[in-house]
Amino acid sequence: MDDRMTPEELEQIAESEREAQSQITQRVNVCVAAGCLSCQSQAVKDALDQEVTRRGTKGHCQIKGVGCMGLCSEGPLVTTSIVSSGADGVHKAVHKEVLYKKVEAADGAAILDSLDGPPVARLVCPTDVPFFQRQKKIVLENSGIIDPERIEDYIAANGYTALIKALTEMTSREVVEQVTKSGLRGRGGAGYPTGLKWSTVSKSVGTQKYVICNADEGDPGAFMDRSVLESDPHRVLEGMLIAAYAVGASEGYIYVRAEYPLAIKRLRNAIRQAERVGLLGSNICGTRFSFRVDLRLGAGAFVCGEETALIASVEGKRGTPRPRPPYPAMEGLFGQPTLINNVETYANIAPILRNGGDWYAQIGTEKSKGTKVFALAGRVENTGLVEVPMGISLREMVFEIGGGIPEGRKFKAVQTGGPSGGCLPSECLDMPVDYESLARAGSIMGSGGMIVMDESSCMVDVAKYFMDFCMTESCGKCIPCRVGTYQMHRILTAIGNMNATPQDMKMLEELCDLLKHTSLCGLGQSAPNPVVSTLRSFADEYRAHIEDHKCPAGVCGAQRAEADARAKEREIV
Amino acid sequence: MPSYVSKPTPPNQDKRWKLVDATIRRQGQQQRGLIETLHTVQEAFGYLDTQALRYVAMSLRVPLSRAYGVATFYHFFTLKPAGEHTCVICMGTACYIKGAQQLLDAVQHDLGIGPGETTADKKVSLLTARCLGSCGLAPAVVYDQEVAGKVGTPAIREHLKKWTTA
Repeated sequence: MDDRMTPEELEQIAESEREAQSQITQRVNVCVAAGCLSCQSQAVKDALDQEVTRRGTKGHCQIKGVGCMGLCSEGPLVTTSIVSSGADGVHKAVHKEVLYKKVEAADGAAILDSLDGPPVARLVCPTDVPFFQRQKKIVLENSGIIDPERIEDYIAANGYTALIKALTEMTSREVVEQVTKSGLRGRGGAGYPTGLKWSTVSKSVGTQKYVICNADEGDPGAFMDRSVLESDPHRVLEGMLIAAYAVGASEGYIYVRAEYPLAIKRLRNAIRQAERVGLLGSNICGTRFSFRVDLRLGAGAFVCGEETALIASVEGKRGTPRPRPPYPAMEGLFGQPTLINNVETYANIAPILRNGGDWYAQIGTEKSKGTKVFALAGRVENTGLVEVPMGISLREMVFEIGGGIPEGRKFKAVQTGGPSGGCLPSECLDMPVDYESLARAGSIMGSGGMIVMDESSCMVDVAKYFMDFCMTESCGKCIPCRVGTYQMHRILTAIGNMNATPQDMKMLEELCDLLKHTSLCGLGQSAPNPVVSTLRSFADEYRAHIEDHKCPAGVCGAQRAEADARAKEREIV
Repeated sequence: MPSYVSKPTPPNQDKRWKLVDATIRRQGQQQRGLIETLHTVQEAFGYLDTQALRYVAMSLRVPLSRAYGVATFYHFFTLKPAGEHTCVICMGTACYIKGAQQLLDAVQHDLGIGPGETTADKKVSLLTARCLGSCGLAPAVVYDQEVAGKVGTPAIREHLKKWTTA
């Protein structure tokens, strides 16, 4: 399109898309996010497509590839629904919504048959359970509903209206005000107030400002950002555009992990589409606001989630952090004021502007507003992606939404915040999930990974696992982190091999304190967290290893030590 | 500063260097394009060897030491060619809790190689991943770009047997 898109033209796209959609009376949505794709959901979609073509019902029956529906463990997931027009002919009523789980390509015909009759009983996945009922979807409102590869579908679902509203009705200061009012805090883990960050960047002076989206989701066990990018990439772009308008930036980067090829593909596609309709580029919507965005692929370095390391990586250098201040908000990418936010933070922006900051501030707790997306995984019945209001209790998360522990085993701990977080024991189950409560309990909110462990996990082994992670991911720039993580790992290995002494325990505790206070960046400062939190809640397990030479969970011991020794031997050879 | 001004010529006639050149051009031949360019080289050739690093460094006018430093800093880059097949075992927390270590132990035992190594007959490379983000399907394994979920020790042994005996 040569001339710039006007708000009216955007409305036209939405209208014609809604018009086209109104011809459809039968909808079949197939999840094509990474989780279901690895269970062959593409084959399911192809089979459905073929079957519809064969039946010649393409005119009113639509097979659509959509984003994540949440319950990843039961994939591939398919939903069907019937749409009929109401009495006035304008409003549509969607009814007979059915969710199917573990669908195979051969089930295509049966599912299409069910559109005119009763659902396919053997595949039905009940949706009246807490897993679905307890969720409140803001970030994920389009996930599983729109086609992530078509901008028209996003526009028809009120997409980019928040951007138009910001550009045509609001000053940049008013946008920052709304975000401040919403109480939104950074969803990357640290929980810094987003409005405050935006206002700092907008007040900073620089020839060129940058907006960066941190999509380097490095925490093992977390896949929220991947899902958002795969299911609704335009929402993240819209959030970035609004942020750029608010802080006065004209260039942006999305730093995304190279390990997420599908997310990269969909982001590239989304950027191209937005450029084509003039929502990215010069003079967006006929205003003086211009914004360009480019992808930067991460290359597998956990430390690059830290903002200064991320900036170094975008500049094409080794991803090592530097001391702050100066903060990126003053001196960031190429020495210019830079706004860095997480994927989920940007995904919250459009609804906040559409509905107002006050609306968002009603949800959640006093200090932690809104909703949070969690990736629920580990030893729990329902694994997958959930979005819940802040302040929900851990018990509700694990036992109601998560459906409890499988095989009748006993709950032991829930790990939040990845390698920077901690393990929360059963005493913490009734604690609300918000930034402050988690920090008080010795963990952090983190990016939203929540891993449930049962009695088959040994907490010493878990601490050792995270220390191994931090040791290998330490960038090596500062000594407390580089050497400290190695020494802590050595002691934890000795404990696991049953040959640690009580002196080792003392040393371990000292090292925890040392790393926390003297490391350069968040990686080293938070590396002891898994050890500190397990020492606090599961000290008896450590004692059992050291004094009785026993592993209560039966994980550590001779067999493990032997395998480790074999691996080490090979390293030397 | 390096003394040359003209653009260096690619190490050989291989057409894939055109892809690399395209990336370098797109980045405006700026030093900041180093990581992007290395990504393109690895995508085209499968790994980064010394001549590739030398060429990229000269084209972008960065010291070879910096190109080497970046290539070895990031786990995603490899300086060695991979085997015919690759098996990536996810060692993310969810996979670890559900027994990824046992899978790794079994494969290490069967193939006699550690993570990051390739069998002597160049058939199979064994790799580990930090997290694939397929935590809902833990433990997850990637066989030649294809993600398989809820993998057990017998399943991974069987899959590898197909590769090693073929």
